[in-house]
Amino acid sequence: MKTIKEKHSLAMRWCHWVNFPILTIMIWSGMLIYWGNDTYTFSLFGHTVFRFFPDWFYSALKIPAHLAEGMAFHFLFMWFFTLNGVLYVLYTILSGEWRELVPKRNSFKEAWLVLLHDLHIRKMAPPQKKYNAAQRIAYTAIIIMGIGSVVTGLAIYKPVQFYYLTWLCGGYHFARIIHFILTLGYVFFFVIHIVQVILAGWKNFSSVISGFEVVNEPAKPAIQHTNDEQAS
Amino acid sequence: MSKQAKKPKKELTIEQKINRRNFISFASFTVLAGGAYGGWRWLYKSPEEVAGGITGGTRKPLRKALNKTELFFRRVFSDNHLVKTYPKEMAVKGARVNSDIGLEAKKKFDPATWKLQVIKKGGEVLQVSLQEIMALPKTEIVYDFKCVEGWDEIQHWAGVKFIDFIKHFKLDEYTKMEYVGMETPDKAYYVGLDMPSAIHPQTLLAYEMSGKPLQLQHGAPLRLIIPVKYGIKNLKRIGTITFSNTRPRDYWAEEGYDYYSGL
Repeated sequence: MKTIKEKHSLAMRWCHWVNFPILTIMIWSGMLIYWGNDTYTFSLFGHTVFRFFPDWFYSALKIPAHLAEGMAFHFLFMWFFTLNGVLYVLYTILSGEWRELVPKRNSFKEAWLVLLHDLHIRKMAPPQKKYNAAQRIAYTAIIIMGIGSVVTGLAIYKPVQFYYLTWLCGGYHFARIIHFILTLGYVFFFVIHIVQVILAGWKNFSSVISGFEVVNEPAKPAIQHTNDEQAS
Repeated sequence: MSKQAKKPKKELTIEQKINRRNFISFASFTVLAGGAYGGWRWLYKSPEEVAGGITGGTRKPLRKALNKTELFFRRVFSDNHLVKTYPKEMAVKGARVNSDIGLEAKKKFDPATWKLQVIKKGGEVLQVSLQEIMALPKTEIVYDFKCVEGWDEIQHWAGVKFIDFIKHFKLDEYTKMEYVGMETPDKAYYVGLDMPSAIHPQTLLAYEMSGKPLQLQHGAPLRLIIPVKYGIKNLKRIGTITFSNTRPRDYWAEEGYDYYSGL
């Protein structure tokens, strides 16, 4: 028999979908700003393997010479990014949903089993509630990353007024590097996230819009007692 | 309500409930996504500020947002918030030259005959020579100069604190005004500064760099060093200083940059 299983709260869905376009705009405008002093490279054994960013990438996204525009967008949407994040964290704490989200003591061990299962190395996935161990780690990490982006962002935006934040972030240079690496982290998260969502299928995706999933439960004999509650 | 017209409400079947909730949520999602896209199009396509204003070069709503954001961050500004300073040994030998607007080499300029002009009320002009400025207490600063482009450099500057200059020449009453304007002698480069930033204890009228007299490309004979602002506000070769209650014109604010540009 089909039943409706509540999965994602309205607040969580709202914050998720609001964050998506805002973060996209922040990353885009951030690249317009980064272009002004694009000194970061990825080096291995003294050889530059990759330069952020290659010319083809810049020209494909029309990044060059839009520094002022990038700053104007970045310093408007930072408010929405922060506000949405604050609302989400507050909601998650107050509603108690953090219990489903924060990694548990065994999550780090279990996440390996999830990974092995996802890579088809291991047959069985560990039992889970709403989120599996890997998801718990990923979805908590992304919130910490968001906080990190706001803090390092403020540290490079107002390094004199918020000198203590700049100090906390290891100085102006280091704050800018963390701010940049966190952004790479979002892109990495996004890629994995999309692959996982595609693999998980429509039902799972749909629940992030509708809030519920349809599950098929075998019809139970009417007289049998369900003593799950008493047992637990 | 007539009871006869309405049939008693039937409990929805599970299938109906699913369809109904799916319809409502997907329809709202589509409408909101469309609204968000429309909002973005509106913002992206919104017209630029009218040319010839104090600020320019960016979309009107974005300028409004920059100005509102300025008001917010002005509230955390304090004279007690000082830029971090470094030992002299950490400063670069020759500071980076990023721009020569207002001091192009082909233009005629004689530092020997230069005098700083402070425009006072009623059009009276106070003329100050470099010797008079150098006779005032000297302040040195070694700090991380930050460019709006994203680079920074530890540099060593020396000069007179702007607030000391103000007090010495009895210009105190002008600090009650809201803005200070500074321009190069040829009027090609100009900046507007809010008064709290201008009279911040680390704001200098500098005549020395790296322990030596200032060179022309760095803004000789006298330049502004204002560590609470990005480099774009650190005007080289100051010609005139004005005071006003409205924003003085500002070179980069006309090109789409934030007027405040405070750090």
